[in-house]
Amino acid sequence: MTRKLSRRGALTTLAGGAAALPLWARYTHAQTAEPIKVGFQVHRTGIGAAYGRWYDRTTDAAVKLINEGGGINGREVAMIAEDDGTNPKRGAEVVEKFANQHGCDVAYGTLFSHVVIGSAPRAGELKLPYFVVSEGHHVASGMLNRYTLQPGITDVRSQVLAMAPFVAENLGKKVTMIFADFAFGHDHRDYFTKAIEAQGGEVLAHIAIPPNETSFTRYFPKIPRDTEVLYHVMVGPSVLTFVKELGEFFGPSAPALFGFIDSLEAVDIASPGLEFLEGTYFWEGMCRDAQPDETEDEAFYRATVGVDAHGAAVEDPQDVSTYGHMFGCWVTMHAIKAGMEAAGYRGPQDRAALIEAVEAMGDMPHSRAYPQGPMRFNGRTHQVFGQQYISRVENGRLVRVHTTAIDESLYPDEVDYTQQPL
Amino acid sequence: MDLGPYLLLAILEGAVMASVLALTAVGLSLVFGVMRVVNIAHGEFFMLGAVLAWYVTQMVGGPPSLGFGVALVVAPLIVGAIAVAADMTVLKRLDYDPERTIVATIGLLYIIQQLTLMGYGPEARPVEPPFNTRLALPWFEVRDGALALYWPWGLSTTSYKLAVIGAGIAVLLGVWAMMARSQMGLVMRAVQADRDMALAFGIPVERVYAMVFGLGAALAALAAVLIVPISQAHYLMGADPLLLAFTVVIIGGLGSLPGTVVAAILIGLSDGIISVFFSPTLAKILATLLVALVLVFRPQGLFGVRSA
Repeated sequence: MTRKLSRRGALTTLAGGAAALPLWARYTHAQTAEPIKVGFQVHRTGIGAAYGRWYDRTTDAAVKLINEGGGINGREVAMIAEDDGTNPKRGAEVVEKFANQHGCDVAYGTLFSHVVIGSAPRAGELKLPYFVVSEGHHVASGMLNRYTLQPGITDVRSQVLAMAPFVAENLGKKVTMIFADFAFGHDHRDYFTKAIEAQGGEVLAHIAIPPNETSFTRYFPKIPRDTEVLYHVMVGPSVLTFVKELGEFFGPSAPALFGFIDSLEAVDIASPGLEFLEGTYFWEGMCRDAQPDETEDEAFYRATVGVDAHGAAVEDPQDVSTYGHMFGCWVTMHAIKAGMEAAGYRGPQDRAALIEAVEAMGDMPHSRAYPQGPMRFNGRTHQVFGQQYISRVENGRLVRVHTTAIDESLYPDEVDYTQQPL
Repeated sequence: MDLGPYLLLAILEGAVMASVLALTAVGLSLVFGVMRVVNIAHGEFFMLGAVLAWYVTQMVGGPPSLGFGVALVVAPLIVGAIAVAADMTVLKRLDYDPERTIVATIGLLYIIQQLTLMGYGPEARPVEPPFNTRLALPWFEVRDGALALYWPWGLSTTSYKLAVIGAGIAVLLGVWAMMARSQMGLVMRAVQADRDMALAFGIPVERVYAMVFGLGAALAALAAVLIVPISQAHYLMGADPLLLAFTVVIIGGLGSLPGTVVAAILIGLSDGIISVFFSPTLAKILATLLVALVLVFRPQGLFGVRSA
């Protein structure tokens, strides 16, 4: 850690010096003035569009900050963004374009798990380091390859492992799960079911809903009568309709609700029809509403990305962010920077060294680069672990009521990617 | 949930769907019946209606009912005008040739969809319903030998959903009255029966075509304005209604309005009931299977007339 800090000190000095120079001279101390090209696989269209918009903004803010601080190894970072339509087939094509057409140093930024699963094999074949910001358990499960890393956002298995004790102790033990019917939702189904059983609870019913569904009431009668807790995690363009119809279905006599913020990302909690969410609980990767004890680093991140205290865009309070996930982009960009600096990255010939440098990262303290909290990267499984937050809706705001420790979210390694050849 | 309340909920959900579906499919059926044009872009006119409803409610502001009321009138008019323009600039130039119009409307589909993506963006946006009260519905059970009412969990609908069912019925009656009772309907039916003869009698067939194409699109847009407070406006929302409308129109008989309405109720209700009891995917599988059976055993549709 001390090495890293001293490097940062050195960089700050350099950046101070660089700031005094005109723009053309800023990167001249690098071995090459060529920018480092990061291929950004972004969900501009398709079911992930709302996330894509905010992943875009967060990434822009992070890259701007990194470039203002002197770039990576003295070289400017250039983003090359390509829309993948939230489509796995298109995703693989985009990865290929990054490697062969744009000559990117790394690929980065994918969220939706089916797109990651569709794209990662191609990234592995092309030996293109592929930094995903996806939450799915697919990286740590060993399904992917050594070139795919998730250093910026925790995975579903660790999240639900940390959530299950809270649900069982505070809300109830008979759970019905409603989840999006694709890889990400299946991770919830598989690992929360096991986690709640370990707490002495049980899942009464699993209700899978396709992520492009637009009408939901017809799924709800399958919720068993003796449900104590309704666990919901929905994604897609119609999440507002989903929560609204959930409220209309239950009326005043609902079971306890525990949702993943995915069901409400990019949705204003104050929307008409969502009043029933008052008093219900949500998992958050990072707290959308600024908490009274918000740290300086968190506040810096919020202001730099351009998000207000209620989690919406500063210029448009109706444009609510995907705050619970998008910090992953910020963290991942900083992880790429740290990895490239540790590896002395010069160009594609150093890709293997970059992978090894990221694998060696280990514990990361809460800082500007890690505004969500401290994180721990597991080099064997290529997955980062971190604190998880549980918030309760109070007067239309998400108020944090519980924080889980990193240790509560750990599980035995399922894979050792470092054994795979580079 | 018990069987009785479960079934009632399924029927209510199905009825909302049936009413929207009937409006959409009647537009498609009208266009095919009169013009012999298979309009692949019909779903996009539906989507445009929803997107315009969002724009209109944003611009009008004020209480939700005001914006919604304006959208209910303005969105179908604009979509109708766009369709008329498409008819005059594209379909007319192709002489309404059946194959070429299919390709042309596929092109239209992509143009409308991508322009919406460029202008409106990829987000799903909500339109606030003019009114929306949750109505809990009672059910009865035999308790100690006597009938007693109780309110089962989840058995409810909203006043807005009931209004959609009502509005659907009203508009369909209006379309029927127009076709059967008005001068305009008479002209349309004349063109449908025999285009050349109508032309010989001095009916401005091309103008009738433009009007029918506009009307068909406006009906789709109206259906979308009705549904958008329930399911949000999104640039990809046209695909499902198009598929279902074709299903309905094929089962009911292309060009037959009563057939379309009956098929819409059949598909809407069965979709509601099957998706509540089993799964929405199974409902779609069965509807598609029904289309296949109809095409094999009764190609003209349930109510269609076999053309010579």
